[in-house]
Amino acid sequence: MLLRHTTAKEIDRKALTINPAKTCQPVGAMYAALGLHGCLPHSHGSQGCCSYHRSALTRHFKEPVMASTSSFSEGSSVFGGSANLVSAIETIFSVYDPEVIAVHTTCLSETIGDDLTQIVSKANEDGKVPAGKKVIYCNTPSYVGTHVTGYANQVSSFVKFFSTATPKKRNVVNLVAGWMEPSDMREIKRIAKEMEARTIMFPDMSDVLDTPLTGHYDMYPKGGTTQADMIATGDSKFSIGIGPYTTEDACIKLENKCKVKFETVEIPIGLKATDKFIMSLSRHANVPVPDSLTEERGRLIDMIADNNKNFYDKRVALYGDPDTLIPLVEFLLTLDMKPVYIVTGTPGKHFDEAMTAMLKEKVPEAKFMSGERADMFRLHQWIKQEGVDMLIGNSYGKYIARDENIPFVRLGFPVMDRPGNNFFPYVGYTGATNLLIKILDAFLDHKDRTCPEEKVELVM
Amino acid sequence: MQKRFRLSGLALCEKEQRVRIKTFFLRLHISVPLRGFRGNKRGKVLQNNKVMAEYLEGRENQIVTKGVDSHELVGGKPSVAGSVSQRACVFCGSRVVLYPIADALHLVHGPIGCASYTWDIRGALSSGPELHRSSFSTDLREKNIVFGGQDKLYQALHELIDKHHPKAAFVYSTCIVGVIGDDVQSVCKRVQKEKNIPVIAVMAEGFQGSKKDGYKIACDALFSLIGTDESMEVSPLSINILGDFNLAGELWMLEEYYKKMGIQILAPITGDGRVKKVQNAHRAALNVVQCSGSMIHLAKLMKEKYGIPFIKVSYFGIEDMSDALYEVAKFFKDDSVMDKARELVKDQLTTLIPALEPYKRALQGKKAAIYVGGAFKAISLVKALRLIGMKTVIAGTQTGNTEDYRLLKTICDDGCIMVDDSNPVELSEFVKQTGADLFIGGVKERPIAYKLGIGFCDHNHERKLALAGYDGMLNFAKEVYETVTSPVWQFVSRTKNKE
Repeated sequence: MLLRHTTAKEIDRKALTINPAKTCQPVGAMYAALGLHGCLPHSHGSQGCCSYHRSALTRHFKEPVMASTSSFSEGSSVFGGSANLVSAIETIFSVYDPEVIAVHTTCLSETIGDDLTQIVSKANEDGKVPAGKKVIYCNTPSYVGTHVTGYANQVSSFVKFFSTATPKKRNVVNLVAGWMEPSDMREIKRIAKEMEARTIMFPDMSDVLDTPLTGHYDMYPKGGTTQADMIATGDSKFSIGIGPYTTEDACIKLENKCKVKFETVEIPIGLKATDKFIMSLSRHANVPVPDSLTEERGRLIDMIADNNKNFYDKRVALYGDPDTLIPLVEFLLTLDMKPVYIVTGTPGKHFDEAMTAMLKEKVPEAKFMSGERADMFRLHQWIKQEGVDMLIGNSYGKYIARDENIPFVRLGFPVMDRPGNNFFPYVGYTGATNLLIKILDAFLDHKDRTCPEEKVELVM
Repeated sequence: MQKRFRLSGLALCEKEQRVRIKTFFLRLHISVPLRGFRGNKRGKVLQNNKVMAEYLEGRENQIVTKGVDSHELVGGKPSVAGSVSQRACVFCGSRVVLYPIADALHLVHGPIGCASYTWDIRGALSSGPELHRSSFSTDLREKNIVFGGQDKLYQALHELIDKHHPKAAFVYSTCIVGVIGDDVQSVCKRVQKEKNIPVIAVMAEGFQGSKKDGYKIACDALFSLIGTDESMEVSPLSINILGDFNLAGELWMLEEYYKKMGIQILAPITGDGRVKKVQNAHRAALNVVQCSGSMIHLAKLMKEKYGIPFIKVSYFGIEDMSDALYEVAKFFKDDSVMDKARELVKDQLTTLIPALEPYKRALQGKKAAIYVGGAFKAISLVKALRLIGMKTVIAGTQTGNTEDYRLLKTICDDGCIMVDDSNPVELSEFVKQTGADLFIGGVKERPIAYKLGIGFCDHNHERKLALAGYDGMLNFAKEVYETVTSPVWQFVSRTKNKE
């Protein structure tokens, strides 16, 4: 029992977080920055932060993740990191030659009070930024919000530094992508193409963190939203923010700056969320929903019907990020499953409200929690109090799944012990079938392995 | 326009050295127009050494080609701001060294990130408790940054100790704690008194330096525990193993070897570590130090205070592993111990040497690139690779020092590129230049090696098979063989790299 220390009885914890269902802002900012073409994320802080974030992303995506660091020393933390950042900018452009440097802060540089606006404008004035290149920045103090907040802040900075309104509006819809896998972004673009909608997606990690092996290493892969597209988002006629926690702020900024109206939808995980996304895109891009998508939807419903008996009444525990959990809980309810325990380390009212609205009648016994001390230790304690049939979340759930012998579906960030999440999308109708297969496999494999011999069945 | 180099890193160099560096650059044809380089990054290939010059700025002392360059490889320099360094921070260094002590509490005092990124990332196995595999954090929030986090730390320690009854507690102080000025030490002292277990403040603020400085701080923390208990039985033939972290169960393998020689391992520090064993460590006759980078400081402290001599060893590769056993036997000046050691080595080699033969044949003449944490490991790797017929063409480390590099240089072949604190751009460039078939490194290098179409072997936290000892040597040969000769590479054209 790896987690033999976990007891069913919950003790009152005021100060302590055990086995977090979250991490800190900068890693989110680093991930989002990789969705801009030719961008090198830069961590303004100690070397360790940058190294940890790169390792975390590399372990998840199994891809090279490049980012530079200001390499703070004791001196910089006393006298400020301004000199480090200026010389970093110079070094980066002369050695690594990116199109854009996306600077994010850390708890250290935030607390000592480095003023990025001032430092970067000085670097610009002093000619440290070559023509045609750009340095953008955002504030990502680790002690506020979580990795989700960091992602959101970086996406907002794209709007702040690039989006520009010209007098000529274009018949284009911005797809502001929340924290998803590159495969999910690819799938959303495929859906939009299928609908013949003109869109700009930002950020876009497809073809950045899922590149083919060619025998050649490209520091800046071909993917990512280009600067030209990013500038043009100001002329689009509408924005759809996919995942409110990660995109709403960027959408609001874009509306304020360039008068681009917006709506936020949940990440299209599952039937209903995909319906809503496709309807939104259809309405705002003024395109009909093609038969091909209706057929995909039909196939998904067919599959749900075929397997209904395996879903009914199954108790599920989930953890992860609110933008993923909300549509996922909705999908589980569609499947007639019972999401009973849900935790996210990311604070925010929207999660609590959405959970209350979805679960109050259908699963009145459900427990959910967000923010400080909504950690996996607590989730495990709940599971110990009354068991579940399935666990869904990132790799850190494997200890609980093993100790409690429950089927486990890996979904979220980070997944470090199984491949696949950057190959098969979970969004859209096709993505939902991928997810269904994963859920069913986990259930049925577990049943085959653990049921009494006489109950082993060939036809299931 | 001439490319002008900002020789910031050289500002303090002696005149003589400047001249040497100047000649170095001239040899690399650096007087190439800057624009020529700019258009060049997407695969258009210039003459190799010209491309290299692009990456050398300020780092000319940190790259040496053996047999070509006369200057010395300098280690221990802070990284240039703006570099895509593969290095980590002080906290990271302390955390990885202390983390394998399985019955102690490891509480990270800081915002959540530092705890979550170090949650069970190192496969340091325990034969008993698993407390070290959970992640405990004070999860500092904005209000704590403003009003201080001391109270939260005090409370968290109480909550944790009441719940888990650990044998000791390590409290890691992170960057932010150093800046907001929490008095971590006084909180630790107070809790130590109240709870009656050692509560040790590990002052590992990340910005203080590199991972290596963190090792030192971890050593100081361990040193404060040592000598606080005398209840264990100690054999006259007892040693402490310093600097093995029981990755993939390697310590257990060593334990078996030493046991066969009649030697007691009193305290493994820190692999499969226990608080009580560490507390008793001052009573061992000898300290056997591996991974000199992380633990040599502790060995020195123990020598000073307790008069325990130490020897430096490596358990990697046949030669080094055997030396590690012989050196210990020699120390005890006991013929029977030496006889047993000889017997053991003979036994092992009788089966190992023929078992390695097919791998050696298949790998003969293949080229390897090494980029690892410390230079001692690099030295062992060069030797081990040679044993299976491979030649090392790149040897680099994150934290080696100048002295280590001198030794490394004597072992490497001519033409081997030696590098300190490298980055992905340099490393991939070197791989192209040398046509390496294998890369040995850590988590961040793996995908780069694969993208370049060459094999990879993790010799860091993420090794899945034991690589130490005699069995480890065979595992290593298998792993290298498996990756270098993988059929997948036939679908990748590496020709581009050799241009």
